[in-house]
Amino acid sequence: MFNWFYTGLKTGIRTTPYPAKTDAAPGVSPGRPRATRFDAQVATVLAMRCPTGALVRHQRGVDVDYRHCVHCSRCRRDTGSAVMDWSQDYDWGALGAQAERAGHRFRDIFGHSLHIRFLDAGACGACMSEARQLNNPYYNIHRLGFFITPTPRDADILLVAGPVTDAMRIPLQKTYAAMPEPKRVVAMGVCALSGGVFGPSFISAGGVAQVIPVDVLVPGCPPPPLAILHGLLLAVERTMPSLLTMRVAETET
Amino acid sequence: MVVAAVMQRPSAAWQELHRICPARWPEVSVRTDHTMHIAHLMVTPTTIRPVCLWLFGEAEYHFATLVTEELDDTWHLTYVFYDPACHGWAYVELQQPLAQTSVMSIGDTIHAADWHEREAEDLFGLRFEGHPKLGEFVLHENWPEGVNPMRKQFDAHAPFAYHQQKTVWQPPTIVEAPGAFIMPIGPVYSDFAESAHFVIETTGEDMLRVLPRFFYKYRGVEKIAEGKTADHALLLAERLSGSSAFAHGFAFCRAMESLCETEVPPRARVLRSAFAELERLRHHVSVITGICASTGLAVAQAQGAIIEEDFLRLTAQVCGHRYLFGVLKPGGLTLAPDEQRLGLLRERVHALHTRLEELHTGLRYSSSFLDRLEDVGLIRAEVVKAFGLVGPVARASGSTADLRKLFRYGAYEQVNFEVPTETQGDGYARLRILFREAAQSMAIIERLLDDVPHGPVSAEVIPRAGAALGFVEAPLGATFHWLRLDAAGRVQRYRVSTPSFRNWHAFRVAVEHFSFQDFPIVLATFGLSNAECDR
Repeated sequence: MFNWFYTGLKTGIRTTPYPAKTDAAPGVSPGRPRATRFDAQVATVLAMRCPTGALVRHQRGVDVDYRHCVHCSRCRRDTGSAVMDWSQDYDWGALGAQAERAGHRFRDIFGHSLHIRFLDAGACGACMSEARQLNNPYYNIHRLGFFITPTPRDADILLVAGPVTDAMRIPLQKTYAAMPEPKRVVAMGVCALSGGVFGPSFISAGGVAQVIPVDVLVPGCPPPPLAILHGLLLAVERTMPSLLTMRVAETET
Repeated sequence: MVVAAVMQRPSAAWQELHRICPARWPEVSVRTDHTMHIAHLMVTPTTIRPVCLWLFGEAEYHFATLVTEELDDTWHLTYVFYDPACHGWAYVELQQPLAQTSVMSIGDTIHAADWHEREAEDLFGLRFEGHPKLGEFVLHENWPEGVNPMRKQFDAHAPFAYHQQKTVWQPPTIVEAPGAFIMPIGPVYSDFAESAHFVIETTGEDMLRVLPRFFYKYRGVEKIAEGKTADHALLLAERLSGSSAFAHGFAFCRAMESLCETEVPPRARVLRSAFAELERLRHHVSVITGICASTGLAVAQAQGAIIEEDFLRLTAQVCGHRYLFGVLKPGGLTLAPDEQRLGLLRERVHALHTRLEELHTGLRYSSSFLDRLEDVGLIRAEVVKAFGLVGPVARASGSTADLRKLFRYGAYEQVNFEVPTETQGDGYARLRILFREAAQSMAIIERLLDDVPHGPVSAEVIPRAGAALGFVEAPLGATFHWLRLDAAGRVQRYRVSTPSFRNWHAFRVAVEHFSFQDFPIVLATFGLSNAECDR
């Protein structure tokens, strides 16, 4: 029998310093555009290059709406001289319209132990792959008291990816109904926020919030594991929220 | 070590199609396109079946895809076949008025076409005469009969209210033995699993019959692509299946380049193939990790997951995105990585592959692990042929088909590599294939990066009206993308035939008559994607 025990020990600790410290390892995040100052003419060209409408032309430059940005990189490559500023951060989780419903009780109850049920409502597979990385030794969410559970009866948080296809609408509602109160919903990926590239269409609802109440939104296509982790920490009030849009005025600080 | 490009010549059998077919069926006419190596066989409603059966049965062509198109007032059905022995394609083309919705089925004999016909019936309202099982397939019970979303007059963007209908689905049962019951799995199941449903009929231990039910994730990609520009449709192509994003984007770009007769610059050709192999490596590591997880081998799972995450980080460092989104564009690539990044890629891929081989050694010496895989989930060579299976699943059962080797597209004509095959067809054979293919991918990347040509990474693509097929060997097997543009350069029809759609068809065969605890293991060794299947 191969000595797996020794192999495990030899590998050592790989775990990210996040959330105690920022993780600066290269490649942990695809990054995303930041609102950038441009003159009106350049701003128009850049906004037009965005295929999803995430870049919004503004008098002083280009604003970004992260509910639509899919990191297609069309605003930073092949644009000639003007390119959008590009951040390498990952603390992207933002509060949804339902954020206040459970008040601060949620942290008191679940601050140290939280069970998560993942649900695929039509995601392309990249979101699920990133969510699956949460359990790998680099991210190791167990150290934070987060556990993945296969049953909604045990779950405190429903982590949903995908635009909610017609066939997944009822399974999503049933899963949500099966979870005991108090509970929260984290929608991850732009598909789950706005329908992403799949739209609202004849077959997809165009976001989780169209079907069940959503507490935390994590943009990204897909959001990297650290962004999902930020969203989960936000859902239990263990970190500060980010915003879903970024305006040019905010870059001046 | 760039070997001079040698264009493969189609075999004599393909050259003879234009004489053989009209001689056997006087109403069939053949037009041969010698530059693209395509024989267009124009058939009539009565000859479609005999011609297809002859191609598949006697001429030993492989079935690639069925493309259904509604153009003006005519149905255009294109059955795409290719000869695995050579570089030749046969497009069996049928045209009939829209009012005539009945077509002779080939799916009862060419099993590979079975699901293609069921899909066309569901989405277009065509009737395939003689097909043994038509009806609810892509669209589930809460979708009304007679509403066919792929028809031209159907508006894809209006939110459709039919999901409100309260209908109940009763799984069809066959097993009548004493004590028989149904074990339902999904659509929401396991820790992290894509949405799919499996009806397992059993009397206790053995899975007597397994009925998979898919298309929970049907996002109507082919429909919503219509009317978009190629640039926007590429976003959809990349997001058909996040785990094989580059391969599908690559196939889409190849369709576009083939249609617009664009010559991709040498530097982009080499880098595209290198990135495609990088994706294949990461994909296979992910499937291997899943197999370790399915058997509960925790340390091996953690080792695999570390390697997978390292590949994701490496991909982001070299290409700017962990899943290679936004790297491709028709005509080439959007980014030109500098020598330093390519050097990093070469060095890191080699180091990661060494660790993968260590994992392989560990698994080979873990008898408790091997016991769970050996002789489990058997796929025999006849099943590969009948179902037209592709990719690692087929190659673990004796198939040697690999589009990279058959058609030598992109930069694959410049490198020598092996197509590994195994003959046992069990779970362990599939695991060995994954490791062996990963080794080949690593070698291909090294050889390609040894000598990357200089120059631009993209060429201009001038859209033109017409249709073309793009194909690549995705990590899970052959994928075929059919793209038709109108005069304004907008997508008129986008048809995607994916390896998961193919291989899920035979999954039932692999799990039936094994016991319950083998189910997750067979599922993991297939390693298929539902997003890719459902689209």
